[in-house]
Amino acid sequence: MEWEVVIGLETHTQLQTKTKIFSGASTAFGSEPNTQACEVSLAFPGVLPVLNKEAVNCAIKFGLAVNAQITPRSVFARKNYFYPDLPKGYQISQYELPVVGKGMITIQVPAVGKNPAYEKVVNITRAHLEEDAGKSVHGAVEGMSGIDLNRAGTPLLEIVTEPDMRSAAEAVAYAKKLHELVQWIGICDGNMQEGSFRCDVNVSVRPKGTDKLGTRREIKNLNSFKFMQQAIEFETRWQIETLEDGGTISQATVLFNPDTGETRAMRSKEEANDYRYFPDPDLLPLEITEADKDRVRAQMPELPEAMKARFEADFGLTSYDAASLTSSLDLANYFVATVHAGADAKPAANWVMGAVSAKLNAEEKSIAQSPLTAVQLASLIKRIMDNTISNNAAKQVFEALWNGEGGVDAIIEAKGLKQVSDTGAIEAIIDEVLAANAAMVEEFKAGKEKAFNALVGQAMKASKGKANPAQVNEMLKKKLGA
Amino acid sequence: MINCSLKALGQMLAKKQVSSVELTQEFLNRIDTLNPEINAYIALDKNKSLAQAKAADIRIAAGSAAPLTGIPIAQKDIFCATGWKTTCGSKMLANFVAPYDAHVISQFDAAGAVNLGKTNMDEFAMGSSNETSYFGGVKNPWDFTRVPGGSSGGSAAAVAARMCAAATGTDTGGSIRQPASLCGFTGLKPTYGVVSRYGMIAFASSLDQAGPMAKSAEDCALMMNVMAGFDERDSTSLQRDKEDYTRDLNKPLNGLRVGLPKEFFADGLDANVAKVVETAIAEYKKLGAEIVEISLPNTGLSIPVYYVLAPAEASSNLSRYDGVRYGHRAAEYTDLMDMYCKSRAEGFGAEVKRRILIGTYVLSAGYYDAYYLKAQQIRRLIAQDFEEAFKHCDVIMGPAAPSTAFKAGEKVDDPVAMYLQDIYTISTNLAGLPGMSIPAGFSAGSDGKALPVGLQIIGNYFDEARMLNVAHQYQQVTDWHTRMPELNTLKEVA
Repeated sequence: MEWEVVIGLETHTQLQTKTKIFSGASTAFGSEPNTQACEVSLAFPGVLPVLNKEAVNCAIKFGLAVNAQITPRSVFARKNYFYPDLPKGYQISQYELPVVGKGMITIQVPAVGKNPAYEKVVNITRAHLEEDAGKSVHGAVEGMSGIDLNRAGTPLLEIVTEPDMRSAAEAVAYAKKLHELVQWIGICDGNMQEGSFRCDVNVSVRPKGTDKLGTRREIKNLNSFKFMQQAIEFETRWQIETLEDGGTISQATVLFNPDTGETRAMRSKEEANDYRYFPDPDLLPLEITEADKDRVRAQMPELPEAMKARFEADFGLTSYDAASLTSSLDLANYFVATVHAGADAKPAANWVMGAVSAKLNAEEKSIAQSPLTAVQLASLIKRIMDNTISNNAAKQVFEALWNGEGGVDAIIEAKGLKQVSDTGAIEAIIDEVLAANAAMVEEFKAGKEKAFNALVGQAMKASKGKANPAQVNEMLKKKLGA
Repeated sequence: MINCSLKALGQMLAKKQVSSVELTQEFLNRIDTLNPEINAYIALDKNKSLAQAKAADIRIAAGSAAPLTGIPIAQKDIFCATGWKTTCGSKMLANFVAPYDAHVISQFDAAGAVNLGKTNMDEFAMGSSNETSYFGGVKNPWDFTRVPGGSSGGSAAAVAARMCAAATGTDTGGSIRQPASLCGFTGLKPTYGVVSRYGMIAFASSLDQAGPMAKSAEDCALMMNVMAGFDERDSTSLQRDKEDYTRDLNKPLNGLRVGLPKEFFADGLDANVAKVVETAIAEYKKLGAEIVEISLPNTGLSIPVYYVLAPAEASSNLSRYDGVRYGHRAAEYTDLMDMYCKSRAEGFGAEVKRRILIGTYVLSAGYYDAYYLKAQQIRRLIAQDFEEAFKHCDVIMGPAAPSTAFKAGEKVDDPVAMYLQDIYTISTNLAGLPGMSIPAGFSAGSDGKALPVGLQIIGNYFDEARMLNVAHQYQQVTDWHTRMPELNTLKEVA
C-alpha cells in the first residue's frame, strides 16, 4: 500500500517586545534567574495583568502579513493546570476567539532529486497571543529543582496551520518561510537556540487516496530545521511500519532525540489535562478596529510576496529566483542595493544567490555580516559587463574581495586578470591555434561540432584565459567559415 | 472622640485640638481593651501606625493636610500592604508579608491616613459570618454571642465598636453590606471598576469590589474620595474623571423615585426586619420621596448563578497558592503532586475547599456549557432586570440582609442557609451596580437584645454620589447611625 503523510504545525514565536505581555518586567534573555520577575511574574496575591499593546501590534502585523481575518473582539482565556514554573496555576492564552483567524502562506518547496521545485499554499488556522511559562532548572542545587521565572509572561504568538503539508520537505519549507516572515515583519528575532521560535509538529499517516485523517502524534519543541526534517522522516516511517505490522497509532506527545534520530512518546493524550478554559475576568476583550489595522499597516515593510512580484516584473527574474532573493529582508535589500549600484539584475541575482550565499553558508554568516558590500559586488559585476574581466577571472576577483585584498580594479590589476579584447591580438592567437591543430580543423569541417569547442578551448589556453571568450568564438567562426 | 465623624476629626486635627499621634493612641488603647474579646484585628503594628501618625502631624503642621490626613483607618486583611502580614484570613498566607501596596493602601497612604491594623475576615472573603477565618471568629459588638456578618466581619466589628475611625471592606456578594446591616453602620459597595482591585487578593475577579465601611454616609463619601479613581494596573478599572462624592450630600430628596422590588419583601424575610425597613421607607416619604413598586423577576436565580460563577473564578484565582513560591508548604511530601495536595489540603479551610471543588466542577469539560455558560447568560438577565427597573425609579430600596445577626455556630453546618444571607445583595454584584446599607433601626433578637437592621439602597451605575445623598438626608432626620453598642462594662463582663 502507498502511504501519505499529513502534517500540521503549531509554532510558538516569541514576540520582540521590551516588556512582558502582562507586566512591565523586561524580556531580555540570559539574565540571572528571577531577576526579571516582578510581582506579576511571581503571581503574588492580588496582582493583575495588563495587556502590552506592543504584543497586540505584533499579532496584527502577522495577521496582515498572512492575509488573515483579524478578530475585531478576541478574548483572553485562562488555561488552568498546576506546574511549578506556571506561577498563577493558569496560563493566560486565547481559546475560542483568537486574535488572528484564517490566513495563508505561500511556500517554495525546493527540488529534491528528480522532483522539481514547486510552490504551495499552506492555510493558517489561527494565531493567538499567550504568555510563556518560566523554566524548571534541574541539577543547579543537588537533590532540588529550581524555578526561574524570568521567562514567565514573555509574549508568544502561537501560529497554527491546517494539516496541509504532505512531506517533511513541505513542513520544513513552511517552517523556514514562517521563520523568515516573522523576522521580515520584525515581530520575532527568530533565534531558535534561545527558544524564540519553537515548532510542534503533528504527524499522521493514511493510505494514499483516502480522506480520513489518521491518528496524529505531536512532536514537541523542535528547535532546528534539520531536526524537524529528521524527526518527521523518522516518525513517518515509524507510523507506517507500525500500521503495516498490524499495530495502531494512539494519540501522543513525542520528543525527538537528536543523538539517536528517533522520536519517543512522552505522554499519551488519554492522560491529558482538562484545562478548564474560561474567559479571564481580569482582562477585557481585546478590541481591534480598522483604524488600528491601518496604523499598523503603515508601519510595515513591503511584504515578501509583493516584493517577489515586483522583482519578477521589474527585473525579469524567474519566480524561483525572486522567491529566493525575498527569503529575507536583508538579502532582498542587498540585492536591490547591488542593482542600484549599477549591476544588471540578472547577474546580480546570480551572484547573490550563488557565490555570495555559498560563502556565507560556508562561513555560517548572515548577509548582514558579509565582508563584501553590495557596492563592491556591483563594481565586480560591472567589470564583467564591460568585458574587463571574464567570468572565470571574476571568481578570482571575488575571492580576493571577500578576503579584503582591496578594490575591484586594484585586484584585477595586481593579479593581471584583465581580459584581452584587442581584435588583433586575438586574431594572432587564433591563427596560431588553427595552424597548430590542423587535424581538429579537418574534423570540424567533416561535421564534428565538438571540434569547434576544442579549438575555442585551445585559444583560451593560449591566451592564458585572458581572451574574451565571446570574441574568440566569433572570430573562430568567421575564420572557419562556419 | 471615638464617636466623632471623619469631618469633625479632621477639623480637630486641623485646629490642633488633638494630634494624630494622640488620636491613633486613643484607638490603639481601645483596641487593646476590646480586641482580645471581639477579635476584629488580626494584625497590629503600633510602631508602624504611630510612625504614620507622626508623619501626618508634620504634614498637618506644614499646612498640606488632605481631608483624611492623620485619621486612623482599619484595613481589611485582603489588601496587600508593604511590610504588613497580609493573610486574607487563611492559614495559607498566615506568614505572608506583602512586598508591595494595594492601590487602596497607596491611596490612603497618599492621603496621609494612618493604617491602624489589618482586620479579620472570612477566609479568602468566602463566608457571611466571619466564621471561616483561620484566625477565629469575630464577635458582634451588639451581642457577643452573635456573628458580625461577613466576609468583612473584622472591619464591621471595628467600626461598630469604634475601634477605628472608619474601615475598608470588600464586597463580592454582600461582604460590606450584610455586615453593615448586622453591625449597624454605613457601608458602600461601589460600581464595579470604580475602585482598583490591584493588590486586593482576588476571590471572584468579576464581582470583587472594595468600598468604605464607616459611621455615616458623609464619612463614606470622604472615604470614597480617597479610594475611587482610575488605576492603569487594573484592566477592569474604569477611566473616569475624579469626582467629589460629597458634592450632592445636601440636596433635598423632593421627587426622588424609590423603587421597591416586590421580590425583596417576599418569603424568607424576617418580619421584624421587614417592619424596620418599612418604617425607614415611610421616613423617606416624609422627605419627599415617591414610592414605585418594581420587579426584579430573576432575583431568585441570583444565588445559584453566583454559586456557579464565583467558585469558578475562585478555583482558578486560588491556584497560585501551591506552596512553591510563598505561602504554606507542607513540612513533608514525597513528590511534587504530594506537595501540592498536602500544602493545599493543610492551607485551606473547609469552605474554601468546597468552593474550589464547585468551581473546578462547573468549569470541567462537559459541564462548562450547562453551568458556567448558562450562569453567564442568566447574569445578563439579572442585569437587564435592573436596567428595566431604573427606567421607573432613581434608587431601589429594600432590606440588606434577611435577618438580624444570628448566633455564632448557628449556620456553620448549613452552607445553603449561610449563602441565603446574601439573597438581597448578590444581584447587584452580578449586575456590577453600586449598593449600600445604612442603619435603619433595631429589632429585638430571640433573646430580647436589640440588634441593628440595615436598609439597602441600590443605585444605577456610577450613582454613588446620589446614593450617598439619599443616605445622608435620612441620617439628618434619624439618629440610628449614631447609636453605638454599650461596651463600657466590657472589662467587668470579661
